[in-house]
Amino acid sequence: MTVYKGRIWLIFEDGQLMDDIDTDMIYHNKYLAITDKSQMGQYTFDNLKGYEDFAKKAQPQDIVVVGANFGSGSSRQQAVDCFDNLGVTCILANSYGAIYKRNAINSGYPILTIKELDISALSTGDVVSIDTDSGTMEKDGLVIGRTMPLSTVQKDILAAGNVFEYAKGL
Amino acid sequence: MGQTMIEKIMQKHSNEDAEPGKIIWIGIDVRSARDFGGANVVKNMNTYYPGEKVNDRSKTYFTFDCNVPANTIAYANNQHICRKYAKEQDVRVYDVDAGIGSHVMIEEGLLAPGETGVGTDSHLNILGAIGAFGQGMGDQDIAFVFKAGKTWFEVPETVRIDVEGDLPANCTARDLTLKTVGTLGTKTALGKAEEFFGSAIDKLDLSGRITLASMATEMSSIIALLQPNDLVLKECGAARGSPVQGIAPDADAIYSGNVTVDIGGLKPQISRPGKPHDVVDVETVNDVQVDSVFIGSCTNGRYEDIKAAADVVKGKRIKSGVFGSVVPATRRGYIRLMKEGVLETLMDAGFLISNPGCGGCASGQIGMTGEGQVQVSTSNRNFTGKQGAGFTYLASPETAAASALLGRIATKEEVK
Repeated sequence: MTVYKGRIWLIFEDGQLMDDIDTDMIYHNKYLAITDKSQMGQYTFDNLKGYEDFAKKAQPQDIVVVGANFGSGSSRQQAVDCFDNLGVTCILANSYGAIYKRNAINSGYPILTIKELDISALSTGDVVSIDTDSGTMEKDGLVIGRTMPLSTVQKDILAAGNVFEYAKGL
Repeated sequence: MGQTMIEKIMQKHSNEDAEPGKIIWIGIDVRSARDFGGANVVKNMNTYYPGEKVNDRSKTYFTFDCNVPANTIAYANNQHICRKYAKEQDVRVYDVDAGIGSHVMIEEGLLAPGETGVGTDSHLNILGAIGAFGQGMGDQDIAFVFKAGKTWFEVPETVRIDVEGDLPANCTARDLTLKTVGTLGTKTALGKAEEFFGSAIDKLDLSGRITLASMATEMSSIIALLQPNDLVLKECGAARGSPVQGIAPDADAIYSGNVTVDIGGLKPQISRPGKPHDVVDVETVNDVQVDSVFIGSCTNGRYEDIKAAADVVKGKRIKSGVFGSVVPATRRGYIRLMKEGVLETLMDAGFLISNPGCGGCASGQIGMTGEGQVQVSTSNRNFTGKQGAGFTYLASPETAAASALLGRIATKEEVK
């Protein structure tokens, strides 16, 4: 059983989870020459309106909650690695850009997809736990949402660590 | 059961059944990395496969197009890491003079219809223009393919897009493309393949097909696949040096959705700043003053695109105070434009011409916008901060050229 527990960040725009957050908003192209993962976290969301100070305020084990088409845009791995570097536990979104989804899965970074979520029951800073096997999301012992089941390949790669380790077992 | 184009291509490259939703392994015909992401691909190779050879050197390439030649030490270092690795592996590098990798692949015939290619360019799905499967990926994904020669894919569902009507004479493939992007937005084809049908699509030349396919990414689509017509097959065959086969969906293929895009009576289209899918008629914003114009990119940087812009400005001058720049997509395109005097026409009109590559999109290569600056660009993305601190509108080369002449957003018909 895998349970992700942490303090949530609701990334909002006009009172709704923000859609279409692209990779330039997550990790701007001016930092692309950086190849050292430990240098990436500090720039997370610094081009996302209203969340420019995210990297300073984020704490290890936080969970980021966003809307649809998260990570659309470029193929940069940094837009996944920056969250890992900050220690963010996982990302929870209504849906992901296709390349972003692959990058996260292959690098063994947990991304989860919302099936249903009662936003009105949540505020940024609340502590929630997500059980990826049962797909339930709880706050204070109450179920407040559900997540989509992980694909077999995502589960296997997460268990192996990354796609390179996973492939050795094939 | 009938198959869509993407299912057929994946089926041909796999020994598993290519059914939508199923995860299968597919062989990759062309594996590439750009200067953007390339150094990290090398880093991954050295970390996970130290001292080992790539799966097939003849199918592996580096293409430098993002920051060419490098104008930061970091990019210069990254490019050089790729060059050294390529030399060790005896892998071909299309260096800083070659142009945009995806365009080079088509021009050089590295990829043909029905084949598969991956790279660190998020617009590599542009290969859908020739009916090939292309996919942009991150650096770990690409390193894995360099070594394995194959990777896993979830076979996507396909959305069928019927384009109805004929393209009006005052409109271009870019206007059709923007109309489609505006109609579908970022959710209709999210994570799905697109297939286009209609007589207007059949008539598109390779240049127009590239424009359309290049914006699949902005529709959040995996790829926009177009059935090659005879002209495209001929061009791809000539590039490869041997005849190539077309690819078509089965008549009973199953689509997860149908969308109709009506282009009868279409007017020139433009995306407003911030969102490529925020598309309106150019005439609704033609009071907006313009500070700069960029013509180029993988969407509209072909010979045909730049020639079309030159035809609008021939014998005229860019409005005083407006900065205009042109970046041909490839070296080959640049040479043809130069030999035919097209670049001269553009320079006489006041445009700056840069060497081929991704200039205008990749930050910094040919300038960025300052705060409050309004730019009309033929590129494919205008996300906040992408091309600088200003406001970027996306439109056809003709609209961009006309806007440069008049100093406000304008269609070519407004140029007297």
